[in-house]
This record gives sequence, structure tokens and C-alpha cells, in this order.
Amino acid sequence: MDLFNNLTLGFSVALTFINLSYCLLGVLVGTLIGVLPGLGPIATITMLLPVTFKLPPISALIMLAGIYYGAQYGGSTTSILVNIPGEASSVVTCLDGYQMARQGRAGPALAIAALGSFFAGCVSTLVIAMFAPPLAEVALKFGPAEYFSMMVLGLVAAVVLARGSVIKAIAMVFLGLLLGLVGTDVNSGIQRYTFGVSELWDGIDFVVVAMGMFGFAEIISNLESKGELKVITGKVRNLMPTISDLKASYKPVLRGTALGSLLGIIPGGGALLASFASYSLEKRLAADPSRFGKGAIEGVAAPEAANNAGAQTSFIPMLTLGIPPNAVMALMIGAMMIHGIAPGPQVMTQRPELFWGLVSSMWVGNLLLVVLNLPLIGVWVRLLTVPYRLLYPAILLFCCIGVYSLSNKQFDVLLTAGFGLAGYLFLKLDCEPAPLLLGFILGPMMEEYLRRAMIIYRGDPTVFFTQPISLAMLIVVAFLLLLMIIAPTVRHKREEAFQK
Amino acid sequence: MKIKIRSGKDFYAGVIFIFLGGLGVVLAYSRYSMGTRTNIGPGLFPFILGGVLTLLGLLILIRSLAFAGPPLGKLAMKPLMIVLGAVIAFALSVNHLGLAFAAAVLIILSSLARDKLNVKEIMILALLLAAFVIGVFVYGLGLPFKVGPL
Repeated sequence: MDLFNNLTLGFSVALTFINLSYCLLGVLVGTLIGVLPGLGPIATITMLLPVTFKLPPISALIMLAGIYYGAQYGGSTTSILVNIPGEASSVVTCLDGYQMARQGRAGPALAIAALGSFFAGCVSTLVIAMFAPPLAEVALKFGPAEYFSMMVLGLVAAVVLARGSVIKAIAMVFLGLLLGLVGTDVNSGIQRYTFGVSELWDGIDFVVVAMGMFGFAEIISNLESKGELKVITGKVRNLMPTISDLKASYKPVLRGTALGSLLGIIPGGGALLASFASYSLEKRLAADPSRFGKGAIEGVAAPEAANNAGAQTSFIPMLTLGIPPNAVMALMIGAMMIHGIAPGPQVMTQRPELFWGLVSSMWVGNLLLVVLNLPLIGVWVRLLTVPYRLLYPAILLFCCIGVYSLSNKQFDVLLTAGFGLAGYLFLKLDCEPAPLLLGFILGPMMEEYLRRAMIIYRGDPTVFFTQPISLAMLIVVAFLLLLMIIAPTVRHKREEAFQK
Repeated sequence: MKIKIRSGKDFYAGVIFIFLGGLGVVLAYSRYSMGTRTNIGPGLFPFILGGVLTLLGLLILIRSLAFAGPPLGKLAMKPLMIVLGAVIAFALSVNHLGLAFAAAVLIILSSLARDKLNVKEIMILALLLAAFVIGVFVYGLGLPFKVGPL
């Protein structure tokens, strides 16, 4: 069977010593930053991207991917033990996980979180293996008009499902699109928006934007508000969950995995949305919803499974269609482009070892995580006691070095500082930076598809509406926009979900 | 007639978007050619993007006058200036004075943003991190950085 052959190819790539090592490194770093509040996968991946230049592309992607889903594992540790989410997607785990810890049941909570995450990781790896190839086949038949509309759909959907004001997020998308155009236009050779600054001729590196808006801005914002972490260091012995724990958890884990797998694929989805939705679902389905928030193990099992499933399946649109469903995937696309791989459905046919190697490495990574994490919990806990005042200068330093290493230009670092300022201001204005990054990455590609579509269809702008697939996508776009504008109940549900 | 800003954050967000979008539109229209419909020029896409951004900014601005929203919070000037200042110092010194010096400067300057200044701790941190990054990035990964002012 084709699937079997593909997976065999994949494992032969993933299990080489070098890729195994980078996988291990990735998941360890991922867990580490997942545990540490204030440092997330976006900033970390951005910091490590320049470092991966020298690596073979598949090793780089394996490591970076490991960071993302590893962070989902790590985030639960901090949520359960400290009541602070290590990752945004672990917020819901705080609700019941911390309560369980206070009841002396930190061990089972951590164990169920890890096991649920592992199950979800395995299942979603299979989901990717089964559904990505047919999806890519469909996408290979797309023409430039379809690609353009698909990118529009991806951007709008990502915005609608993200938090905060939709209209401001859409504005951020457009700003990102504009910024992506800065530099020399490939087709005409003229420079756009460079204001005579020669360092801008090649455009703005997306690492600069990401590092500034996500790394620097977050550090500045963290420094505004400080606080002490109260860690439940008391004996986290007895990691074994009881039989009743397992019985209570297996269905939530199944549901969480299913929901997470689904929501990860949708643009704007991913680990965060998956965990929130899963918690809400469990609460609604529970026989006694009042237990939630007081240490219900379902409230830990389901979201943890969901966020892992969501993190991994969010690779699907990125790998098959070249559309990043969230900011982390946008960075992955950037990483691929740096290594000279054009993202899109052709990746699977032209470089199958890359695709299948990455997919297989996810399973390997999950295995490493569940085996290593439980024994290492003591280490992670001790790391939480590192004070932020020692951490943030180090993070700042790594960010600066990362940016500088792009082309040894001090201009890049200065520009990053500028984006740091902009990022901080936008945070203060409640404008989400992630949509800007998505727009920034997709901007030049969208223009290219627009241009090609106009050449092929002889300048007829209605082509986006006459081609059936393109039309279908734009209808969904219109529907989503209308939904947000007209149905305030939907908007309130969104905000409700994020309120908690 | 006094216009009341009901939502501070949205108001300023709108202003920024209008400004940037407007800038985009004006520059695209005046400097870059729009091309033809078949062969679109470098100015068309930025023109459209800038135009939509300006309109969105206007919409956000108008909404900020009509609907209530959170006011603009205070900007934490101290961490902002310190962090950006430290980064700028790094940028200006790394080319000529080398990574070791620039790293130390960055650590020391950025540590000024913390609550209690413990000079000894900061110095040790600067030393350790500078050594660490040189070890990892220059010798370990072989990145072509200047280490010292030589």
C-alpha cells in the first residue's frame, strides 16, 4: 500500500542519527520553552532559524517542528504545577490541572497530560499521512487564480478565528502584505518603498519582523508586569494515575484528539483554538459540569490531547497547500524558503523524502517526549525557579545574534528594534501581530499569483469569480466576513471562549 | 461640536492604519507604474493594498468614535527605552568592537530594566553569556563574527 511505502521512506529519513539528534534537540528545547512562561515557540523558532541555515533542510524542519509540538507538552507542566500557562494553548489546563495539583494529584495530572498528548500525537501523525497526499493532489490542479483566492481565504479565516477585533486583524493583514512588498520587484526590477535605503533592496527579512514583533515586543511587555511564581515543588511523586482516572480520561482524550485534528487544519486554528474548544466540549458533555474548574481530570486530558493534535495537523495546510494556518507555520514556510524549497503541493511530489521524513519525525518526537518528559519533570520544575531578570537579557542576546547572523548587517538589528517598537505599540493598541506576519509571508506570493492570473486570463479580473474553485473559496470568504459582522452572537461566543 | 473618542485604542490604531495605508497609496500611485490589465505593473498591488488599509483605518477610526472601547493604556517607557537602547547599542558596536563586547554591553544595558540592580550579578551574567555565545556561535557553529575589537 502506498501509505506503507511512504512511511517506510519517511522513517528511513527520520531515524538517521543526525535527524534523530535534531529531533531530540528540538523536542527538548520545545519542552523547555514550553515550561518557561514568557518564552514561546514563535520567538524560539525565530531565534533558531538563522542557526538552521547550515543544516540540511530536513534536519532543520524536524528540529523546528519538534520545538512546536514539544512546547505543547512543556506548557502543561507549568500549568499544572504553577497555575501559569507556559504556553497560550495550555491556559485551559491551568483550570483543572492546578486544582488537581493542589489536591495532591499533580502526578496523575501530569501523567494523563503526557499520555493523552502522546496518543493525540500518534493519531494526528496518521491523519497527516492519510489526508495530506489526496489534498496535495487536488491542489496540484489549481491555477494561479485558485491559489490567489485560496490565500485570501487562508488569511481571512486565520483572522476570523483568531482573537481580538476582526477588523483590526484584517488591517494588520493588509499592513503585513504591504510590508512584504518592500524591496525590489522581481518583475520590473524597480524598488518599492525602500526610500533610497540600500539595505532594503532585498526586502525585509521575515526573521527581522518576527523577532521584533514577537520577541522584543513580548520581552518589553513582560517587563511591564512582573510577579512571583509559586511553584508546587512538593513531592510530585506517584505519577501513576488510578484506574478510575484512566477510565475517566480515555473518552475525553479521543474527543480531544478528534477535535484537535480537525481544528488544526483550519486556518487560524492550531493548538490554541483546539485546546479551548476541547475544554468547552468536555464541560458541555460532562455528567456533572460543576466538577470542572475544581480538578476534573477530563479538563486536563482532553485539552492536552487537543493541543497536540492541533499543533501537528496544522502542518497539513502548510505542507500541502503552502498556506500557513497560523504564525508558527508561517515561520516554517519561511524556513523552507530559506532552504530553497518552494512551499506548495509540489513539495510532496518533488521532495517526498522531505515530507514523509518530517511526518515520521513527528511520531518519533512524540515518543521521545513521552519517554523523556515524565522522568525529567523534576528538572523542568527546577528551571521554573530561574528568575526572569536573568532570562530576558539572554533571550535578547540570542535574538540579536540571530538577526545579525542573517547577513552580518547592523542595519538588520536596528530594523528589528524598530519592529520591536512597532510590535509593542500594536500590542498596546490591541492589534494582533500574528496576522501581520501571515500577510507579510504571503504578500509577495499573492502578487505573483495575481500577476500570473492576469497574464493567463488576459487581464480579466472577473476570473476569480468565474473559475469554479476560486469562486467557491471567495464565497466562503464572504460568508465568514458576513458572519463576523452580522452575527454578534458568534462574536460574543468567540470572546467568551477567550475570556476564560 | 466636541467629538468624543469612545475607544482610545481603536482611535489611534485607526490613525496609524490610515497614515500607513495612505502613504502606501500615494507612493504607489505617484512613483510606480500601474501597468496594464494584462501585465500588471509594480504599482497596482500596493495601490490596492494601501487603499484597502486606508479604508479599514477609516472604518476603525469612525467606530472608535461611536462605540466604547478600552482607552489607551500607559506605555511602559522605562523597559521600552532600555530594551531598545540596549539592542541599538549592540547593533552599533558589534561590527567594530566585536561580539564579546557587544554581547556584554547588551546584557548590562538591558539589565537596567530590572527591579533591583545587583551589579555583581549583572557583571557575572554578562561575562558568562558573552563567553557562552562566543563558544556556541563562533566556535561551535562557525558563524563569521568578529569576536573582539581586533
